[in-house]
Amino acid sequence: MTTAVDTAPAPAAPSPAPAGGGRPRRRLLRGEGSGAPLLVLPTVVLLGIVIVYPVVRGVWMSFQKDPGLDKATGMFVQGGTAGFSNYTHWLLQQCAVASGGTTPCPSGNLGAEFWVAVGVTVFFTVASVSIELVLGMWFAMIMHRSFKGRGLLRASVLVPWAIPTAVTAKLWFFIFDYRGVANRLLGTHLLWMGDAWPARFAVVIADVWKTTPFIALLLLAGLQVIPDEVYEAAKMDGASAWQRFTRITLPLVRPALVVAVLFRTLDVLRIFDLPWILTGGGGGSGHATTTLSILVVQQIRQGFSSAAALSTITFLLIFAVAFVFVKFLGANVAGTPEEGR
Amino acid sequence: MAVMTAPSRAAGVARRRTRNRNVRTFAGVALIVLWGLAPAYWMVVTAFRRVDYTFETSPWPTHVTLANFRTAFDTGLGNHFARALVNSLVVGAVTTALAMLVGVFCAYALARLQFRGKYVLLGVILASSMFPPVALVTPLFQLFTDLHWIGTYQALVIPDLSFALPLTIYILTAFFREMPWDLEEAARIDGCTQGQAFRKVILPLAAPGLFTTAILAFIAAWNEFLLSSELSSDRTQPVTVAIASFAGSQPHQEPYTAVMAAGTIVTVPLVLLVLLFQRRIVAGLTAGGVK
Repeated sequence: MTTAVDTAPAPAAPSPAPAGGGRPRRRLLRGEGSGAPLLVLPTVVLLGIVIVYPVVRGVWMSFQKDPGLDKATGMFVQGGTAGFSNYTHWLLQQCAVASGGTTPCPSGNLGAEFWVAVGVTVFFTVASVSIELVLGMWFAMIMHRSFKGRGLLRASVLVPWAIPTAVTAKLWFFIFDYRGVANRLLGTHLLWMGDAWPARFAVVIADVWKTTPFIALLLLAGLQVIPDEVYEAAKMDGASAWQRFTRITLPLVRPALVVAVLFRTLDVLRIFDLPWILTGGGGGSGHATTTLSILVVQQIRQGFSSAAALSTITFLLIFAVAFVFVKFLGANVAGTPEEGR
Repeated sequence: MAVMTAPSRAAGVARRRTRNRNVRTFAGVALIVLWGLAPAYWMVVTAFRRVDYTFETSPWPTHVTLANFRTAFDTGLGNHFARALVNSLVVGAVTTALAMLVGVFCAYALARLQFRGKYVLLGVILASSMFPPVALVTPLFQLFTDLHWIGTYQALVIPDLSFALPLTIYILTAFFREMPWDLEEAARIDGCTQGQAFRKVILPLAAPGLFTTAILAFIAAWNEFLLSSELSSDRTQPVTVAIASFAGSQPHQEPYTAVMAAGTIVTVPLVLLVLLFQRRIVAGLTAGGVK
């Protein structure tokens, strides 16, 4: 392919530069970055196909009417533009009626479940992330402190992370069975999946079990970059353990903390598999654990355009939260070299 | 351990404090290990338990049997677990291969080169990795129905790339940033082109990072549920979807022991991979998170 001489295989041994002869005929990519567009192009094209195109199509769909039988005339209609009616269906619970106007959605209609789903999703997010954060910080500090058995610790926290969420959900479904081990250990006789709040807490518990290890590992990596000398100096100055934690550990681990919270928040806001499999999508009287993502999937079977509107709303919500994090909390998710280097 | 030259009371107090601290740390370690392993252990114990002792709560393996594994693979009840395993392997492997193939070049450019629009691209990739898959499900379901793709592998691989590719690029970029690039310079001085320096010097050094990234991408694809539950047919169903809808011999009764057996089969290879390469995987997971 090229006429270059093979001088490279032993990079550690500095060999003298060859005198000209072995230069390839191809233009040398001396100027850094001149080849970048070519390297990046496949990614841009592929992301365009798998993300941008579906999103654009989804947004377009959300402004369309579903083709189908018009209830008023009994005629097949070809769809057409719907304006914002698919959005008002969710945000204001307005359902279309035969006469052409709108009416408040009756209970039982998925539209009426929108704000409930928002509440459930926000509850899952706040509960899971805050518990995971406190527990994860504690785990990370123990892992940081213990020198023996670090391998065992790392292995055991990776196990919940490695188990597929679908299996995790089934496992906790079994644990939370009426005759299962949760009721036995707690001495309770709860129908975990039958009541709203037990079902919700079951989801939170399973989620906390699975993802606390991930947070602990992120925070551990953050703890490991704090030099010991800082703690030594603080000890010399007579700082108590609590002061060392709040004045040194927390501020210095903050970048890792913010990133962990951001990742987990965005993750729980789009949660689907765990509540869907663990509680059968409903829980309690039917919608106790219905998150926004679950509501979208339920809506798909009843009409694409409404589902597209709801998934667009979900997407915008998550995007807004991410924006707030990056903008106001200064989450340096990109790990840009300008900072800290 | 003890400081011999300081036989004062202070040393005793310090020693006691250290011991208390060690006890507390040890208790913490025990708790974390229990946290991680106890539920997983329960799954394995149940998988080996006779179905009529499903709700036995003895913490030790009792009524041990292999029957649940036979039930899991039994197609008589309408479960196609073996086929689902093959489907997950194929979809996971193809997704990983494609994501790596495309992602490695992009990550190299992001970590190594300066070009216009670099940070915009980085932002787009990050935004896509935080993207909710539900936003893809509706348009893709309609599109693939129109194309008659529901029930094909490409209908699973293409959506999986939406998270596998950003993940791959994200982790690889972090790995590449840590590479000893001086060696590339040295190779270039020795007469290599940029491409050759990359292939002959950087790629071998980057192999562990590439391997870890591939494992993480494969695990992500293997664990995917939402997209495949909507976009697969019975024929292309992956294991996660198969396990979620496992049918038992009695209607309306969850076949717990068989599900736990299936779950064990799905999990064991992953757990082995993770335990073998734990150091690397942790490095990959936290890469970029705390830079």
